[in-house]
Amino acid sequence: MERRFASIWFPCLATDRHAIRDPALRTVPFALATPVHGRMVITEANAVAQAQGISSGMVVADAKACLPGLEVADDRPQLAARLLKVLGLWCIRYTPIVAVDPPDGLLLDISGCAHLWGGETPYLEACATGLRKRGFQVRMAIAGTVGAAWAVARFGRATPIVPQGGEAEALQPLPPAALRLEPGVADRLYRLGLRTVGSFMRMPPSALRRRFGEPLPLRLRQALGHDDESLVPLRPTPPYEERLPCLEPIRTAAGIEVAIGRLLEPLCKRLCGEGKGLRTANLKCHRVDGRSVQVGIATSRATASVPHLMKLFALKVPHIEPALGIELFVLEAPKVEDADPVQEALWDGAPGLEGAELAELIDRLKGRAGTRAVYRFLPDEHHWPERSYREAVSIDEKPAASWKGDRPRPTRLLAKPEPIEVSAPIPDYPPLHFRHRGEAHVIKKADGPERIEREWWMDPGEHRDYYQVEDDRGRRYWLYRSGHYGDDSARQWFLHGFFA
Amino acid sequence: MLSGSLQNRMGMMDSKHEVVNRLKQDLLRWQGVTAVESHAERIGLGPVEDAFPGGVFPVCGVHEFIGRCREESAATSGFISGLLSRLTRNGAACLWISTARALFPPALATFGTAPDRVVFVDVARERDVLWATEEALKCAGLVAVVAELQEMDFAQSRRLQLAVEKSRVTGLVLRSNPRFVGSTACAARWHIRPLPSVLDDGLPGVGFPRWEVELLKVRNGNPGSWQMEWAQGGFVPAMPATRAARKPLRLRKVS
Repeated sequence: MERRFASIWFPCLATDRHAIRDPALRTVPFALATPVHGRMVITEANAVAQAQGISSGMVVADAKACLPGLEVADDRPQLAARLLKVLGLWCIRYTPIVAVDPPDGLLLDISGCAHLWGGETPYLEACATGLRKRGFQVRMAIAGTVGAAWAVARFGRATPIVPQGGEAEALQPLPPAALRLEPGVADRLYRLGLRTVGSFMRMPPSALRRRFGEPLPLRLRQALGHDDESLVPLRPTPPYEERLPCLEPIRTAAGIEVAIGRLLEPLCKRLCGEGKGLRTANLKCHRVDGRSVQVGIATSRATASVPHLMKLFALKVPHIEPALGIELFVLEAPKVEDADPVQEALWDGAPGLEGAELAELIDRLKGRAGTRAVYRFLPDEHHWPERSYREAVSIDEKPAASWKGDRPRPTRLLAKPEPIEVSAPIPDYPPLHFRHRGEAHVIKKADGPERIEREWWMDPGEHRDYYQVEDDRGRRYWLYRSGHYGDDSARQWFLHGFFA
Repeated sequence: MLSGSLQNRMGMMDSKHEVVNRLKQDLLRWQGVTAVESHAERIGLGPVEDAFPGGVFPVCGVHEFIGRCREESAATSGFISGLLSRLTRNGAACLWISTARALFPPALATFGTAPDRVVFVDVARERDVLWATEEALKCAGLVAVVAELQEMDFAQSRRLQLAVEKSRVTGLVLRSNPRFVGSTACAARWHIRPLPSVLDDGLPGVGFPRWEVELLKVRNGNPGSWQMEWAQGGFVPAMPATRAARKPLRLRKVS
């Protein structure tokens, strides 16, 4: 069977991606740059910028001097590679064999596919239009060899479809760079006056090899179809999804639990085999009346344990309303991560924060009470009591600083300090007695003041002078005076906490 | 003849004693109290610990703490933090479950517990606290669970106690302002009140936290009341301010 290949070239892959996010960039000169040896160098310019003389490899400062209106953004490495992979997976609808052709192209083996679209011309149009609709500029060509398709897509000026056996003719007027050569070799050919492929196509291969190295005759042979060339096809990962159609509609909680168990087993088996675990899972229940209900769970670490996931789903079963019955269950795991291999403990160590049992407990608590219900605290570098700790990001995040224990701190802190009436000698002696909620407290012992300044760059306000006091019955309080004594000294004192 | 009957009676008494002892042991076993292991460690509560069966703080049990006002709850939180520091000695984790957290986490460090090893759980209702506590007490990956509850009836406490007996996690239930204190299935009921701190003569400031630790109920133990202090990173039986300590040094005349 004759083989046919299509090559797709994205002249402005990364800039198109930015323009999809921000359509205003389509009409202005725009370029991406990355630091090279301490200078910002343009890696890709869009069509508007290219028309005004900006090309990749220019220094940003020079480009801005030529074109002051040039918009420049930072180029993210790997962006192009990731985009190509996504586009390649999208192109699988046109042919089962799609290969990524870095840095800016795709290669499709379309042997035996084009007739489904009614011929190669409609096929090419359908594919190119599909990609253009997604916002990418493309050039596409179809030929009998990978090399010829690649060359015509990038350098061809006549028809994009090269008929079978017409490769040599199509390649003749193209420049040597169309043969996928290294830039140095192409330059040398050009300087020697070999400005088209046709001018050296018929030269003896041994002479070309001696002068320009092995790649040139190899690429020439490949483009002309004398040598085979294989593609490395992209393999889409099948989604982590299980389906369970039911013969009879399911209406009971027990039935739903059985269904979840049946779905979880194959999914977890596959995850275990691939060394992965799921972080989120959704269960979609399609009902007889045409509606569907969905419940979701999340885990704090990747897991593929059926009993644990079963417990998490069991908490959600009461939220599933089966109505007339459920006829199809679909379980999908949208977020899957590599799971840490579980090591069997040689001996029962201290049950710490890293334990799997604790992680499972936290998942259950979060499943019922909400994800904001469970938290840990780490010390924060602030003296202000309310800000002296912060929430930890994860369950096993290590504290960066140590907890300070040099100053007395109450075991219970009031969320909102409560005003009290005091009688205190000036200037900064602790109060003699105070009245709170109608009860008078005679202060027998006191410690302080400990002045804590407000962080003025975070919030304005008065400083606080804290006193630890103990009343005649041994009850210990944390009082403070807000700011210096002023006109309104009666409203300056507050109760902020209780000591042990 | 006489000595023979005496011996006989002594033997009978011995066997009676044995029978009674065995029955007592059986009763304990049926009540779900496991025999105290010989290797069980004391956790450093001093004389308070002697009140428990076997002289060891029952680690696998639910302890109920009554706090009748906010000051008492604060003192109880401090005492519980001290207990947690003993229980989490080997880097273990614990859970603190409440509806509205009033605990100031940095204060745990004062009582020797690393606050970052405590996982806090905030739920909306008391019912959820009970559910979360029961789930947590079943989890063998923890050493202790502190639950802040207002009300707890016998059935609820029994559920918690049964969960604890399987997993050997220590349950500490802090009941602030309970409306009704009925009988529960807990291993002990505590009441902690703050006491005036004591300082060496003439020193200004506030001394070490000092409490009146009262064991209102102890299953198979002896209730009592003690004065305790948290000093030098541990529980210390509080010495009442003795007259001897206050007495000024008498200088001996050297002739």
